[in-house]
Amino acid sequence: MSTDVKTIPQAEHVAPDGVKLPVYMDNHATTPMDPRVLEEMLPYFMEKFGNAASRNHSFGWAGEEGVETARERVAKLVGATTKEIIFTSGATESDNLAIKGVAEMYKEKGNHIITAVTEHKAVLDTCKRLEKYGYRVTYLPVQKDGLVDLEDLKRAMDDKTILVTIMWANNEIGVLQPVAEIGKLCRERGIIFHTDATQAVGKIPVDVNKNNIDVMSISAHKMYGPKGVGALYVRRKNPRVQISAIIDGGGHERGMRSGTLNVPGIVGLGKACAIASEEMAKESCKLAGLRNRLRDKIMGGLDEVYINGSWEHRLPGNLNISFAYVEGESLLMGINDIAVSSGSACTSATLEPSYVLKALGTGDDLAHSSIRFGLGRFNTEAEVDYVADRVVETVSRLRELSPLYEMAKEGVDLKSVKWAAE
Amino acid sequence: MAYSDKVLDHYSNPRNVGSLDKNSSEVGTGLVGAPECGDVMKLQIKVNPQTNVIEDAKFKTFGCGSAIASSSLATEWVKGKTVDEALQIKNTEIVKELSLPPVKIHCSVLAEDAIRAAIHDWKKKQDVAKPATVAAQ
Ligand SMILES: Cc1ncc(COP(=O)(O)O)c(C=O)c1O
Repeated sequence: MSTDVKTIPQAEHVAPDGVKLPVYMDNHATTPMDPRVLEEMLPYFMEKFGNAASRNHSFGWAGEEGVETARERVAKLVGATTKEIIFTSGATESDNLAIKGVAEMYKEKGNHIITAVTEHKAVLDTCKRLEKYGYRVTYLPVQKDGLVDLEDLKRAMDDKTILVTIMWANNEIGVLQPVAEIGKLCRERGIIFHTDATQAVGKIPVDVNKNNIDVMSISAHKMYGPKGVGALYVRRKNPRVQISAIIDGGGHERGMRSGTLNVPGIVGLGKACAIASEEMAKESCKLAGLRNRLRDKIMGGLDEVYINGSWEHRLPGNLNISFAYVEGESLLMGINDIAVSSGSACTSATLEPSYVLKALGTGDDLAHSSIRFGLGRFNTEAEVDYVADRVVETVSRLRELSPLYEMAKEGVDLKSVKWAAE
Repeated sequence: MAYSDKVLDHYSNPRNVGSLDKNSSEVGTGLVGAPECGDVMKLQIKVNPQTNVIEDAKFKTFGCGSAIASSSLATEWVKGKTVDEALQIKNTEIVKELSLPPVKIHCSVLAEDAIRAAIHDWKKKQDVAKPATVAAQ
């Protein structure tokens, strides 16, 4: 009963009409710039190069005008006022400023911070550093669907809690936390609520008042703006939130963030926000449609694929999916004309699967075989069809090669096997 | 990660993929690695009982491209060798042939383990079948 598998050699990939290879489907990592953003930025490199803090001449005024228009556009997109927007170098800095700034400003009041295990490293590592300085941090677990349990949150809050920092949309699984409810619980107890909304702003409706947000991180390069620029929203009333600066100097941005402003970048962020204000509603429908098409085609062509995280509470452009019995790196190798991310960091003998997927209770094997598709403004239906076909073809090919798939099909319970390496 | 041309070739056109009858007394099966570690290799050999020559070899591998290439290459190398010759194959030779980077050396180690495990399984079957001859070797 020998079986000879004639594995079909991997085909040379020919792009169908209208598809340019490689296909970019990693829009949670970064987005390409919208050409309209670039156009708006260009004058600020040469003609309008002035320092926005120069008050005595027209060069400075032109720069300041660019910055203030951008501030209005950012504020409008998130329902804030202009005085509540501080420009930064991106969401990593915004997260640091929010968390360290609140921790220092309110240290007389308490030393306890609550966050969640699925946060971005910019939040988790900032909290870890604060632990070294004597702060106490609670890392809330998440449920199987990736959502924080509000009862857990309530139980974690005590009279020393000064800050809750929980992200709006997760960068790996796209899961949306119940920020309005979290904000309400914080407000009732006089605790400040920061949310890392890097993946949410420009993709879904974000309103700092309706959602009870006190402090919020924003990044331009996730919403078709330039890299290296972002913003922090800091509430000015009901309640008024104060934060200590972490960068000292000339006192720019109301003293909260010194340093000559990145005028072209800020102008770009502003334009990206203006476009999102106009087009988000239509765009999110389109993205959800493409994303659902991708899911349906992949799941129609393969058995034993699993979606990671809540399907209902999810960014429209996110699909995070695990393929049983195939290994992540070989899968990426097979679809090397498609730019996506994998939940596996297979660069050494000790593999470290995604901590986000592990937090959902996903087994290491399924975490290793996960792929994050991030659809964005410039993806097309033809690209989705091409990507789905390539994924189905590659997974099928690798499963023919997989002893695990063979064993599973023979009815062997893989969990009961005594593996040599264990 | 950049792959060598040979890894890419084995990945795209793996040699000797498949399965042999694991219940046959002429077949030895090695199953090494673990799913949690990201690599599982199954390597099988079919040995001529008269000559101890490995006449056929098949593999299936769950793992990265380098793991697939290492086991594909291992099946090519063991074919035509006697069991004792096959035991001389060293993982370092696989590393060299495939130009594996340091982070992928464990793939070659696993392939060597798989060859040894398959031969071990075959020898065990021979012990049961004809204990006297094998003991005399
Ligand atoms: C949720 C989240 N927070 C923070 C960041 C960091 O943003 P930036 O690249 O602007 O520093 C990212 C992007 O990687 C993100 O996805």
